[in-house]
Amino acid sequence: MLKKKECIAMLLAGGQGSRLFALTSQIAKPAVAFGAKYRILDFPLSNCANAGVDTVGILTQYQPLVLNEYVGNGQPWDLDRTFGGVHILSPYEAKQATSWYKGTANAIYQNIRFMKEYDPEYILILSGDHIYKMDYDKMLDAHKKSGAACTIAAMPVSLEDAKRFGILNCNPDGSIYQFEEKPAVPKSNLASMGIYVFTAQKLFDYLEADNEDPNSQNDFGKNVVPAMLAAGEKMMSYLFEGYWKDVGTIQSLWEANMDLLGDDPKFNLASGGTIHSRSPLAPPAYITGELKNSLLATGCEIEGDVFDSVIGTNCIIEEGAEVHDSVLMGNITVKAGAKIWYSIIDENVTVCENATVGKPIEEAKATPGKTAGIAVLGRGITVSQGASVPAGTIMEQDV
Amino acid sequence: MASSVGVIFSSISEENVPDLTKVRSMGSIPYGGRYRLVDFALSNMVNSGITTVGMITKNNYQSLMDHLGSGKDWDLARKEGGLILLPPFSDESETLYKNRLEALRCATSFLNKCQQDFVILADSDAIYKMDYSKLVDFAIEKNADFVLAYKRGPLNKSSYYITLETNADQRVTAVNINPADDGNDADNYINVMVARRTFLLRVVRESIQRGLTSFGRDVLTRGVDTIRIFGYEFDGYYKNVNSMVAYFDANMDLLKSDVRDEIFGGRDVYTKVNDSIPAKFMPSSVVRNSLVSDGCFIEGTVINSILFRGVKIGKGTVVRNCILMTDTQVGDKVTLDYVITDKNSVIRDQRTLAGCEIQPYFINKGSMI
Repeated sequence: MLKKKECIAMLLAGGQGSRLFALTSQIAKPAVAFGAKYRILDFPLSNCANAGVDTVGILTQYQPLVLNEYVGNGQPWDLDRTFGGVHILSPYEAKQATSWYKGTANAIYQNIRFMKEYDPEYILILSGDHIYKMDYDKMLDAHKKSGAACTIAAMPVSLEDAKRFGILNCNPDGSIYQFEEKPAVPKSNLASMGIYVFTAQKLFDYLEADNEDPNSQNDFGKNVVPAMLAAGEKMMSYLFEGYWKDVGTIQSLWEANMDLLGDDPKFNLASGGTIHSRSPLAPPAYITGELKNSLLATGCEIEGDVFDSVIGTNCIIEEGAEVHDSVLMGNITVKAGAKIWYSIIDENVTVCENATVGKPIEEAKATPGKTAGIAVLGRGITVSQGASVPAGTIMEQDV
Repeated sequence: MASSVGVIFSSISEENVPDLTKVRSMGSIPYGGRYRLVDFALSNMVNSGITTVGMITKNNYQSLMDHLGSGKDWDLARKEGGLILLPPFSDESETLYKNRLEALRCATSFLNKCQQDFVILADSDAIYKMDYSKLVDFAIEKNADFVLAYKRGPLNKSSYYITLETNADQRVTAVNINPADDGNDADNYINVMVARRTFLLRVVRESIQRGLTSFGRDVLTRGVDTIRIFGYEFDGYYKNVNSMVAYFDANMDLLKSDVRDEIFGGRDVYTKVNDSIPAKFMPSSVVRNSLVSDGCFIEGTVINSILFRGVKIGKGTVVRNCILMTDTQVGDKVTLDYVITDKNSVIRDQRTLAGCEIQPYFINKGSMI
């Protein structure tokens, strides 16, 4: 019997994530820390593992170092398989032509040989910048039952938000008759979540056609899906009811972190499939300060006061320091007397004595800027003693 | 460091803490929020550069096997060496081993196959961080057959304990078993030993042939003149879990920052990795001087306590001076003081339970109160 996999996943992790500014100047967006102990790509990877999809290609090209190290051999997600498992797919040099990934479809196209190695029936295309729990197996079942060439996961959004998404216009049976990328006047509120199941042969055919087309931007939403619709392929929507968030902006990343808090959180990590991660070895958190309505990872020492915040691994909040409405990603030291409001702080940052970062949330939200008033501190910087980082600013250098 | 192999006794001295070892072996007693006692000896081995470790087991080692798995969390899942579980050896006349000498017999075929010059033998009933390679260097320097590590301090009494007497050259001149307490400090043997592998194998083989049963009495005590035994003083933090109160104190020691710094600083203490969600603190939570692990959900008040993974503390509840093991569920308006709950215990709403410093109240695994 020849070895094959029924379904393999391709995870698009190459985007620059420019709207996350300092957070992605050194690392790829899917490697950005989230929810105290996770990185964004833990979510699609765990969803794959939980759905029995044990072959995942991760397409990277932008700042892949942290991502590569984090993924490793895939063992934290049980994706260290002898046949299949997780593979990092970077652009490579070839005899015919060498090129970077030019668009989402081109990235997948350049790895057609990888996919064919597993002789799959179906291919799952995923994005590396979404926070959600989803059973891909159910979506795959729906795809098989309908006999479609492609099934696109979709969820209802407000008509206002619909302008920012790819919108699926569907018949009553769920089949798609039109796909509109960021329409000015949306006809429906059913937004594509960027999660596709393709029947493998159809995907190969259309990717090859797309590659031949010099006018194509080689993008799934803009080119491949419309081309399939134009050719009359059966395209289905798959309605997802659950928490899903694109964390491509500072504000949405902050919101998604806050969605984990509270008695009845919008996104409940405790229910549904386990999100696996490269869990750190740090000892349990030592706490002796105020810690209210917050999420905390291991290895922290909390002697100051923390309110309404998400605190990552090995953070030290010294006595007399305060943290409000903020996301601290990991290995962050906040020294005595420092105050942090409405901020996102990347890993390995030190905020020295009596420094202030951001402004109280109501005041900060009124601040104009690219981050909705959230102060952002980039990886590894130091905010010196008594210094002040205004609300809504992005810092990549020591202050 | 010369090549060394490790041997850990995972199931010795269990009679000292019968409540905790009722359902598990010594090495798999939960400790410090996310660890098992065996993690300390095993992490010391790994951090000392040892890549082959034999783990001597006895009975009830299911939880130990579950914890250790393939050894990958200690980087000991290897093609060459790695972690090797040594199930109890028994011939037709015996059931299971009853003493250290017989326990070592479980390891003889493993040790015969090894090529390393030295064996490091350690128990799994203590919390400490030690670089075993220093003991091996010391053994080479002294041309010793055995090196025994000791800790100077008040007599460390339990059901079976050993003190050493050494001369100026650190040569052991007397090995005392269960000596009377004269109130003076003693050199307490801490059950960490380095031996020349081939010599150890010969001693074990000959002792068993002669029907000897006690490693301490028959080998060490009687061998001080004929065997080159040396003492190595360990001056770091060392806490032997040889009673329930010692277990309680060993956990509470982690609330001191100097102990945390010594035990966890610099090198990792490896343990089984678990994908619990981060700990969650509700607006009503109050936490003081406590360790809280992943997966905890805190609505009440926690003071001077150690919470393992997945512990839930209800509203209006006050927990003081407690050790609550994995997945303990404490309801609303409960008061706990000096209580140790084993895994999966449930304390219903409005209960009040209290022990005291010298007699913590222990709740069995899976109990509902």
